[in-house]
Amino acid sequence: MTELSAVARRAVEAATGAGASEAEAYVSRDSGREVRVHGGEVESLTAATQSGVGVRAWSGHRVGYAFGTDFSEEGVRAIAAQAAEAAAVADEDEFALPPQPAEFEALAGLSDPSLGEWETARVADLALEVERTALAADERLVGVETTLYADSKEQIAIASSTGIAGEYETSTCYAYLQALAEGEGARETGLGFGLARGPHSLDPEAIGAEGAARALEMIGAAKPKSRACPVVLEETVAASFVGLVGGALSAKAVQRGRSPFAGRLDEAVASPAFALHDDGRDPAGPASAPLDAEGVPRRRTALIEDGRLRSYLFDTYTANREGASSTGNAARQGYRSLPSVSTSNLVVAPGSLTLEGLLAEAGEGVYVTDVAGLHSGVNPVTGVFSVGASGRMIRDGALAEPVREFTIAGELAGMLGAVSAAGAEPRWVPFGGSVRTPPLLIAEMAISGS
Amino acid sequence: MSDLLDQGVAERVLARALANGGRFAEVFAERRRGQSLTIDERRIESVQSGAEEGAGVRVVNGNTTYFAHVDGLDPADLERAADEAAAALKGGRTEPQPLQARAPTPLPIERRPEEVPAQQKAELLRGLDERARAKGGEIAQFTASYAEARREVALANSDGLFSGDDRTRTRIGAQAVARRDSTVETGAETLGAHRGYELLEDDPGQIAEQAAAKALTLLDAVDAPSGSMPVVVGGGFGGVLFHEMTGHGLEADHIEKNASVYVGKLGERVAEPLLNAYDDGRLPGEWGSDAIDDEGQPTQKTQVIEEGRLTSYLYDHLTAERAGVASTGNGRRESFRQLPIPRMTNTYIAPGDATPEEMIAEVEKGFYAVSFGGGQVDPATGDFVFGVSEGYLIEGGKVTRPCRGATLIGNCLDALAAIDAVGDDFFMKTGICGKGGQKIPVGTGQGHVRLRALTVGGTAR
Repeated sequence: MTELSAVARRAVEAATGAGASEAEAYVSRDSGREVRVHGGEVESLTAATQSGVGVRAWSGHRVGYAFGTDFSEEGVRAIAAQAAEAAAVADEDEFALPPQPAEFEALAGLSDPSLGEWETARVADLALEVERTALAADERLVGVETTLYADSKEQIAIASSTGIAGEYETSTCYAYLQALAEGEGARETGLGFGLARGPHSLDPEAIGAEGAARALEMIGAAKPKSRACPVVLEETVAASFVGLVGGALSAKAVQRGRSPFAGRLDEAVASPAFALHDDGRDPAGPASAPLDAEGVPRRRTALIEDGRLRSYLFDTYTANREGASSTGNAARQGYRSLPSVSTSNLVVAPGSLTLEGLLAEAGEGVYVTDVAGLHSGVNPVTGVFSVGASGRMIRDGALAEPVREFTIAGELAGMLGAVSAAGAEPRWVPFGGSVRTPPLLIAEMAISGS
Repeated sequence: MSDLLDQGVAERVLARALANGGRFAEVFAERRRGQSLTIDERRIESVQSGAEEGAGVRVVNGNTTYFAHVDGLDPADLERAADEAAAALKGGRTEPQPLQARAPTPLPIERRPEEVPAQQKAELLRGLDERARAKGGEIAQFTASYAEARREVALANSDGLFSGDDRTRTRIGAQAVARRDSTVETGAETLGAHRGYELLEDDPGQIAEQAAAKALTLLDAVDAPSGSMPVVVGGGFGGVLFHEMTGHGLEADHIEKNASVYVGKLGERVAEPLLNAYDDGRLPGEWGSDAIDDEGQPTQKTQVIEEGRLTSYLYDHLTAERAGVASTGNGRRESFRQLPIPRMTNTYIAPGDATPEEMIAEVEKGFYAVSFGGGQVDPATGDFVFGVSEGYLIEGGKVTRPCRGATLIGNCLDALAAIDAVGDDFFMKTGICGKGGQKIPVGTGQGHVRLRALTVGGTAR
């Protein structure tokens, strides 16, 4: 047993010793680094490890939680006792029961050894190359606000009094930049990014070029006229919306009447051109793991197929509430948080059209390359949204002049129903959770500009 | 300085941090603890508490900052952080200045939340639930949360500064869902302060009623209009408009990277002369207040706009040093695990002399945004958006129908210059601001404010 599993074991025993009827411990250790560069120099370099334990204690049908960073005998005992104490404050909930252990398969390829092999000076060079590529793209590319490389190696151990015992390790790294272009009296920004399991899989030139291209193509952008027209959502934008759909398919939101998809199981909720599943074991998925955040095996769950709603996403608690099985979708934001239902990797099925094909199909419309204000411009209960956007006009089936400072508005289910085609070229995007999606053509959306 | 950081240990850690050179080093030690709980579906749940302690050490050499953080506050933990931060440097030793202890007075806390039994906090949430549901059968769902957080910090740097602070914040939030046939609407309200449990002794249940009332009002809402029109923004959290469209663009890290539309505008007219605005980290008891910032600089009141002219940016230690000015006490960090960067504290537009009634009466056809769900800005381009959580049409000088689904969108400099009336009904509200992956508490405030024209992006066809 590794040290982390031993801490988890000790925490479970301490909680039951403190009076909990059942207990679970989640222990994580994260070591990572972050490099920010600016103007050809390293601006900051961070090296860090952090570890912590979160204990969930049941007292019959009451649940309490406590977390801390002190792994000493005494420290772990104190955390476990606080969790047991917290359970006494909660109200009875007949469905609050601990998960049961299940067989699970290990998942290869979650951790990339190149992460450890690349010295800090080498990843700093990678970040510098991202910035250099962007700056060399064009003379109107006047600067880069931030270029960042970050990686982390995370070990997770989960144990429970019901017999769950699991441990795994993942590695992730990413790099991004925010490029600044100037022209026609205004400044434009462009994001370029890449993510992978290890630095050798990142392409610094592609990342720099993407940021530069996005900033440059916005030069001269004006406000479009208000209209209802076909819209093509670029992958990053499509991912943000798909993430919202995934959130609304959480059984917690559904059971508590806070989802536009509540009560719509097996109904038509999307056009047949839009198919979506959640896959916690996709080897390429950044969120993949053998186990979810409460030790239930991760799996693939079809959500929308043939335009119909096939399933919601469950953790153990929400599954207990309707006699279903957990879909392995418990997630946490580290050891500080109680597990709750969340998407793992959302995957949108690709269609057959290239981007050019989607634009040709759209004819006259707008290609949206960026959205802003998703956290405030979307009502998650009703799915009604109105968000800021920028992008390019589509004229005669091809990209035309850039446009900015407009809003796109609608309602999530209505938007899914209006998807007339999905592109053939998907991309993993770290927005809206972890999403793999191609660009999407929406037959009609409301654009509000001048 | 509490027991977080012993002076002798701090001196040793700073010396180790500068063992391979560097012109500045700092050790920041922190102990944080908190408790939170929720009521949902009339049940108390998500009862949790946590405690963490650790430290971050940074060394600055040239334009590069080397930073390492560790869990734990044992001298050995701190020395490990210092060694890691210094590892990439190759120069000769630098001597830190002797430490001079300063003891700023933390903001007063009358009733320590951790001394209040958790059952009492649960009762408080049950009370909120009752109050919201008493607003009628159309309230279909209600959730409320309680959270307390205490951060004890101590820091020392190679310029000889040795200081600390002890911060306790308490906050409750309420969210109601109202339903009538197939129409569903939500309303939310919060109450928070850099204060203890005394914050909740004076009728906290009213936020539950306010959240419920907002959701119920929206049941009669029409789809928001679209287009450019005069907009009146409500007091309090309406100040998030200024926070986004001006405050972020004044943070000196954006300025020095030429990534703000306010670059080169110091001393220039950016707004009508009726506009005065401040960032003030010393407002007693306010959510964004602290005795010192996270670099040990005493917080201060900084006037950023004086009679329409831009008068100051917001600096932390490093950006101030590079600009050749004094820090404005705006170096803030989410925890010992992050580097401090320039951040707002409590940002507000000072009260004017108009009344909200007058401001609205002068608008023939416009939009009244009482409160926002939040907002976002790109300081480099100045483009911003705000989601309106409670909005109404203004028709013939009167507030008429409620609207759903409105977003305000615009560009900072145009929108700031478009403010043509400032109300006398000033108050502050709480917010959580995210920047560079760090979330911190900030206050926003204003009386009613009117913009001559702003684009409303609604859902009406």
